[in-house]
Amino acid sequence: MQKFYHSVTLDKELCKGCTNCVKRCPTEAIRVRGGKAEIIKERCIDCGECIRLCPSHAKRAVVDSLDALDRFPYTIALPAPSLYGQFSNLEDLNILLTALTRIGFDEVFEVSVAAEAVSAATRRAIREGNYKKPVISSACPAVLRIIRVRFPELIDSILDFRSPMELAARWAKRAAAERTGLSEEQIGAIFISPCPAKSTSMKSPLGTDRSAVDAVVAISEVYPRLLAAMKEIDEPEPVAAAGGIGIGWGSAGGESAGLKNQNYLAADGIENVIRVLEALEDDKIPDVDFVELNACVCGCVGGVLTVESPFIARARLKRLTAKRGAVVAPADGLPVEEIKWDSEIFYEPVMRLDEDISVAMKMLGEIKRLEESFNGMDCGACGAPSCRALAEDIVRGFATEDLCIYRMREKLQSILRNGGTAEKKELNI
Amino acid sequence: MSEPIILNYQVSAADFSHAGEASSNVKKTLKSLGFPPEVVRRVAIAMYEGEINMVIHAHGGEATASITPEEIEIILKDVGPGIPDIPLAMQEGYSTASDSVRGLGFGAGMGLPNMKRYTDFLQVNSVVGEGTTVRMIIRP
Repeated sequence: MQKFYHSVTLDKELCKGCTNCVKRCPTEAIRVRGGKAEIIKERCIDCGECIRLCPSHAKRAVVDSLDALDRFPYTIALPAPSLYGQFSNLEDLNILLTALTRIGFDEVFEVSVAAEAVSAATRRAIREGNYKKPVISSACPAVLRIIRVRFPELIDSILDFRSPMELAARWAKRAAAERTGLSEEQIGAIFISPCPAKSTSMKSPLGTDRSAVDAVVAISEVYPRLLAAMKEIDEPEPVAAAGGIGIGWGSAGGESAGLKNQNYLAADGIENVIRVLEALEDDKIPDVDFVELNACVCGCVGGVLTVESPFIARARLKRLTAKRGAVVAPADGLPVEEIKWDSEIFYEPVMRLDEDISVAMKMLGEIKRLEESFNGMDCGACGAPSCRALAEDIVRGFATEDLCIYRMREKLQSILRNGGTAEKKELNI
Repeated sequence: MSEPIILNYQVSAADFSHAGEASSNVKKTLKSLGFPPEVVRRVAIAMYEGEINMVIHAHGGEATASITPEEIEIILKDVGPGIPDIPLAMQEGYSTASDSVRGLGFGAGMGLPNMKRYTDFLQVNSVVGEGTTVRMIIRP
């Protein structure tokens, strides 16, 4: 298992080398080098911002295709709550869930059902007061990853519960194994995902030694097939079990609503998430029990693998949540012992300049000197997000001063003025 | 011993929403230098409290962080009204904040006590009518 696996990748053919992604990456993990974007893998938290905003669609998520269905004798679809918000006029969830079995899955287990179990366990944990307040939600994998690299002091505040996806996979496989007599290895749990970071948390999980999810398929891949299948369904099977709380998890604030306690804070959008984490780190948010953070605007419905506008999907989820508000999903067979993490998360100081503080200080001095020598335009033409980032790259040995076009212009002007030969030699012209 | 890194900030009271920028910047710098997370957090909290105090009581001032591997020294200097009774100001819960500031969530009377709690050394020099200088040291 790779420590810094990430699911966002670049299609070099499509990349034009513009700096849209470079400038918007919340962890400054992208540089344009040789006319193409490169991702610094240690820094990427799989938030998907670059996928969302790349005008050339050169940034992609590596997820599984539905071919994963052929890998297992028996397959279970694990639909994310956000899937329910993708369809208009979806009055009966059974139509959607039945359609999943028509496109090739042997059965469906709603992740919303596991979400309700996580909500119940969270309510209990907060009531019993065994956690330092405020407790930070562990559901968004991109949030876990940014805490791991940038907010080490908050690691102990993260709720050490598995995500609904992970719990659903364990729960569904166990139940299916008992029912069918197959071994759990023969059963494929396939998550229908709004988000590339969920693929990362399958391949390189945090808080869990080994994921029970076997494949992560994009909502955008499944969507057209589901639309077609749904039209053919006259009598849907009565399989929908999730209640309002579980469905609500698909958009921001939904997990908090499941606490039945108004003393929470919910933030969505990666920039807002970072602001809240900064404030938490400085002890500026003392009075809440729970902090729900979603890297995507509107929460999971805003994930880059969805098809519908996050705002529309959120409105639909709200309606479905209200409609099924009184329903509580059955908890038969819930593997209670699987709710908690079985491994710890450790700080990964990827932003650190050097292991030795004295060396790091010398580097920082050099960075400051260089940064001041640049003009501070943060134009991005060098391929780094800011003058400061270029200075850091130079000191780390990944870039040279000549990448700054203003620096180059100064040099050329000086040559023109002096007719100097020494500079010509230096610039190889 | 290596040269200390000096970070200097003018803390303006013109816009309350910018309060805390200096401490946030120092925090970022300390993280990049690889100081232990617990040390970074102590500096961030103590300096933030001091910065906010300058904004509320003294219409801003000057903040300086001096960083060496052995210690981080923070000096907050203002030309505000001064603190008449320092031992009283050091008491938990003591506050002179107006209702409007308290309404913003500040003025719980934990500023100086928090600064003392999170630092290894705290010195407050103040002359009424001339200003206040707070010196804090945090050691890894």
